Amino acid sequence: MRELDKAQVQSPDGASMGGGGSLPSNPKPTRRPVISDRVRDFGQTYGAIVALALLLLFNAAFTRNFLTSQTLNINLIQVSTIVIVATGMTLVIATGGIDLSVGSLMAISGALAPLIFLSKTFPFSDPVLGIILAFVLPVLAVGVFGFFNGTLVTYFKIQPIIATLVLYIAGRGIAQVFTNGKLQNFNNPSFQYIGTGRPFEIPFQVILMVLVVALFAWVLRKTVFGRYVLAVGGNEEAARLSGVPVTRVKLAVYVISGMLAGLAGLVAIARNSSSDANLVGLGLELDAIAAVAVGGTALTGGRATIVGTLLGALIIQLIRYTLVANQIPDSAAQVVKAAIIVAAVYIQRPRQG
Amino acid sequence: MATVPANRPLSSATRDRLRARTASLLQRQGVLIALALVVLIASLRYDNWLSFGNISNAIAANSMVGLAALGMTFVIMTSGIDLSVGSVAAFASVIAAQLSSNGIVVGVGAAVLVGLVLGFINGLIITQLGILPFITTLAMLLGARGLALMFANNQSVSVSYDSGFTTFGQGDFLGLPLPVWVLFGAFGVGIVVLNYTRFGRHVLAVGGNEEAARLMGLPVDRIKLVVYTLSGALAGLAGAILASKFGAGQPTEGNGWELSAIAAVVVGGTLLTGGVGSVWSSLIGVLLLGLIFNILVFENALGYVSLSASWQTVIRGAFLLIVVLLQNRLAYRKKGASGG
Amino acid sequence: MEETRPLLIMEGITKTFPGVLALRGASLQVSQGEVHALIGQNGAGKSTMIKILTGAYRRDGGSITFDAHPVDFHSPHQAQLNGVSTIYQEVNLVPYRSVSENIFMGREPRRWGFLNWNQMHRQAREILQRFDIEIDVTQPLLTYNVAIQQMVAVARAVSFKSKLVIMDEPTSSLDEREVATLFRVIRQLKSEGVSVLFVSHRLDELYAVCDRVTIMRDGQTVGDHTLSEISKLELVARMLGKDLNEVQRSGVTGFTPGTHHPGDPLLQAQGIRNGYKLQQADLEVRAGEIVGLAGLLGSGRTEVARAIFGADRLEAGEVSLGARPVRFKSPKDAIRAGLGFCSEDRKAEGVIPFMSVRENLTLALLPTLSRLGVVDHKRQQAVVERFVRELDIKTSGPEQKIRELSGGNQQKVLLARWLCLNPRLLLLDEPTRGIDVGAKGEIQRLINELAEEGLGVLMISSELEELTEGCDRVVVLRDGRSVAQLYHADLNQSIIMAAMAQDTAEVLPQTASGPPTPLTSQEQDTSHA
Repeated sequence: MRELDKAQVQSPDGASMGGGGSLPSNPKPTRRPVISDRVRDFGQTYGAIVALALLLLFNAAFTRNFLTSQTLNINLIQVSTIVIVATGMTLVIATGGIDLSVGSLMAISGALAPLIFLSKTFPFSDPVLGIILAFVLPVLAVGVFGFFNGTLVTYFKIQPIIATLVLYIAGRGIAQVFTNGKLQNFNNPSFQYIGTGRPFEIPFQVILMVLVVALFAWVLRKTVFGRYVLAVGGNEEAARLSGVPVTRVKLAVYVISGMLAGLAGLVAIARNSSSDANLVGLGLELDAIAAVAVGGTALTGGRATIVGTLLGALIIQLIRYTLVANQIPDSAAQVVKAAIIVAAVYIQRPRQG
Repeated sequence: MATVPANRPLSSATRDRLRARTASLLQRQGVLIALALVVLIASLRYDNWLSFGNISNAIAANSMVGLAALGMTFVIMTSGIDLSVGSVAAFASVIAAQLSSNGIVVGVGAAVLVGLVLGFINGLIITQLGILPFITTLAMLLGARGLALMFANNQSVSVSYDSGFTTFGQGDFLGLPLPVWVLFGAFGVGIVVLNYTRFGRHVLAVGGNEEAARLMGLPVDRIKLVVYTLSGALAGLAGAILASKFGAGQPTEGNGWELSAIAAVVVGGTLLTGGVGSVWSSLIGVLLLGLIFNILVFENALGYVSLSASWQTVIRGAFLLIVVLLQNRLAYRKKGASGG
Repeated sequence: MEETRPLLIMEGITKTFPGVLALRGASLQVSQGEVHALIGQNGAGKSTMIKILTGAYRRDGGSITFDAHPVDFHSPHQAQLNGVSTIYQEVNLVPYRSVSENIFMGREPRRWGFLNWNQMHRQAREILQRFDIEIDVTQPLLTYNVAIQQMVAVARAVSFKSKLVIMDEPTSSLDEREVATLFRVIRQLKSEGVSVLFVSHRLDELYAVCDRVTIMRDGQTVGDHTLSEISKLELVARMLGKDLNEVQRSGVTGFTPGTHHPGDPLLQAQGIRNGYKLQQADLEVRAGEIVGLAGLLGSGRTEVARAIFGADRLEAGEVSLGARPVRFKSPKDAIRAGLGFCSEDRKAEGVIPFMSVRENLTLALLPTLSRLGVVDHKRQQAVVERFVRELDIKTSGPEQKIRELSGGNQQKVLLARWLCLNPRLLLLDEPTRGIDVGAKGEIQRLINELAEEGLGVLMISSELEELTEGCDRVVVLRDGRSVAQLYHADLNQSIIMAAMAQDTAEVLPQTASGPPTPLTSQEQDTSHA
């Protein structure tokens, strides 16, 4: 039965797959491309980097004090948590999923860490151990929540957007329950190094961000797992038939996304010397998704770039900074950001979806 | 004649039918039963819970998310999504507050108009540029928030108390707060539109099988455009209530409304894959999720436990999970939904 | 037949898709009140023809006259408004909506601007009653079986006062009783003067219900016959483009018969079953042997391969590999055991479009190409270069996206995906479908070479030359069952066609002459039982 239709699509392919099955397979009128293919190809490949370069040039020329380490650091610090979260989000989206729970998971890990290193009920004999556990346990804990997300998506076959909506809603509440809804203030330099440390005058969180991006860019490009992620998002059935463990790959990306969110949560509270479960990571899932989309990762899965996500986050941040530094209100900058997201996604659409 | 055993489709058809019946019963009436149980238990357990004042105030408090959920129901029935409702409402509340000195009609009208325009823009981008609803409305979420802050100069905008504008959010009619009337009225219209107009049925058809809808000659793009416009307009109406109920246009309000609305819709049994839905059940979903907070307050007042407000989100999340898992068990598998 | 006036005349229809001439002057003529069959192989142009008639595609040339007027429909909806309704193979209705709504979608009866449900249900009931169907029209469509769903589609067509109802493989997922119901409806339509254009691959059904048949091949109309005057065998022969009296011999394909020699038994499958489409199939493949799997569309060929490979659940039956019983839970297990499966649907189940040639080629090999989970790029590159060279894959480089390659080269990459695993057994589903002639010959030669080197091959093919010249043995499937096993010495195209067409009784020399290598077990011959 399917075979009939297939024949119609396949015979033209025989001559040239270049058309990529661009047949009018349904009566829906085909839209004329608004911009030429060449522009679109260019936009897909180099759009993000060119946009970033232009922004940097513009700022170097017109924004006062732009090329100071302070300005650069401010901008980088502001994107660091977004980028760390967006890295995990990129992997999830690369498999064709989405993770709305990341902001709430940040709040959970942000709530857990101070509970551990401020703990009076079971004081650690060794303060160093306490600090280590304060880094490790929260991240592991939210990793388990990520596993929960992945289980809903794979075994229960619940749409990712709904599956992760559960923890988006409940996660922040869980964080608040851990802390009784109270603000946790602390002053623990060794823990807070993750958010305030400045080796070589570079903020530690920026280094962390670069490390995370580098690690996962490498993972995506060079490891079997990375290739599997893209294969699953690109054509799940073909991947399955080629022996790719689809379920395990999907589970893994949600766990990774959760753990990176946990890490970002630690950075966020360390930066503020306090943990407020109401605010940590609030709305960050949307910033992360926006960065991923602007960076050129297809929301339908199969094409992803971690470095692109970094660029995407930087572009969004720099546009905002540029506008604000040039006396345009932050709110207007946000409107521009919205337009940029739509434009970027439009330009980067593949020639034929 | 084909040589085929006749056992397969028959038995599986009967099973499918049985399963579909059970599913539709549980999906359609399950929420109502759950709400009835919650109401019953709460009214037995807490004195004064089942008072007119308490219930009507609880409903009024949920009227804004409720209106957003109404629009969301239609959007989701086309298998789309609208993430922008919260910030559209915030923007509309700012505009309504700024124009509130001109009276209730201008204030509310302007809010609805603002939402309508933004929703229309969503629809245009989705149907004409072919960008996924998720991304389009995510951008609108950010954009509308920016507009709200811009128009409000980053602070809340007080409304005029002389023009009667605040009546819209604070007034009563026949003892019921006006927002409750608006909520029930809007849902009443929604129920009629879904069940007794061609548009309503066509919305379901588009979500159920877009290709088939096209082949049947339905104007698919126009239906989608209307649905997003409608969702925007209802968010605008919610914004008008927001401004008049709290006496100020609130550019930072409405965070997360979209997800509360989606949760209510899903709890109500509307499938996120589109094609199946009930406006009535969405209302029940809104009330069910909305009453949890109210009940928590009463439970704490009893003094046995002291559950912080945070528990309400945990309970809501757990509730959503249970419903989704149940639906997953019962839902008839949608066939023909292709790749990915 | 000839006394009725023609309702539809399509003449000289041409249609080109990028790079391919799909229709070249095809014609079709349907009389009023006639049930007309349209048959042809995959890619013969049936679907294109129908889509042009209904306005889903625009024609490049030719004329269509319907009901004595020249017509040019812009959309299936417009065609429906003008009396041409189509019932698609996958029922194209809205499953969650009620039966009545599906019948009246877009033209719902209204009163005061609101839907008049009572009238809608009543009218729906009336239409269905004309076909003796009594169902609760208020229930969602999906609560009914496929046959009823198709009746609803017919009812929708009738409610449009259609003069011509096109049924595109309507019986492909129906059981016997459901088919009978459908036929009753078709006869009812006919008695009301409505014409039916019936597309099916089940020859029995054509003879049971159709008056005339139009045969298409390679984008052309090659025959228009009264069904009572043409035999099944002739029909199949015309469809496949064979002359019954002349059996073509070697040299057409890239296969060289007799160069590979079957060795030990490699794969044995007995009584494998998966649902309705695959009911009972037995087969054996030996090392160094090419076994063909023949059958018409929908005979269960693909399902056999998928069941063996673990891609679908195996409901019953036994599979053993090298005398060891196996049951693969997933393709992964099958791959580990040394199997490879090249799907017929390259686009949906083969290529990963946005990945490069390099990555598509090595996808299944990655676990062995890696150390501690990191891909060894050098080794990967070496593998890719070797296969690009050996298979002569035409690409601008290993980094080119596979979607930019021609169909033939894509297929070579997918073959290489399995060959680089050094498999023991390859399952190939239509390995040369939709591929240009040059690449086709190359791939056939390649399969031949592989068998010479001792690889076992199970090859599904619709091309008789491939089966007769390439295969040591051909297993024929019909309606989900393996019905015949033919050995190389007996292989000729008319025998295969006869087995496919069920004209088996007199033609099949089931065990007339011995196989090239004697079978070890008698069970092999029970397949026709």
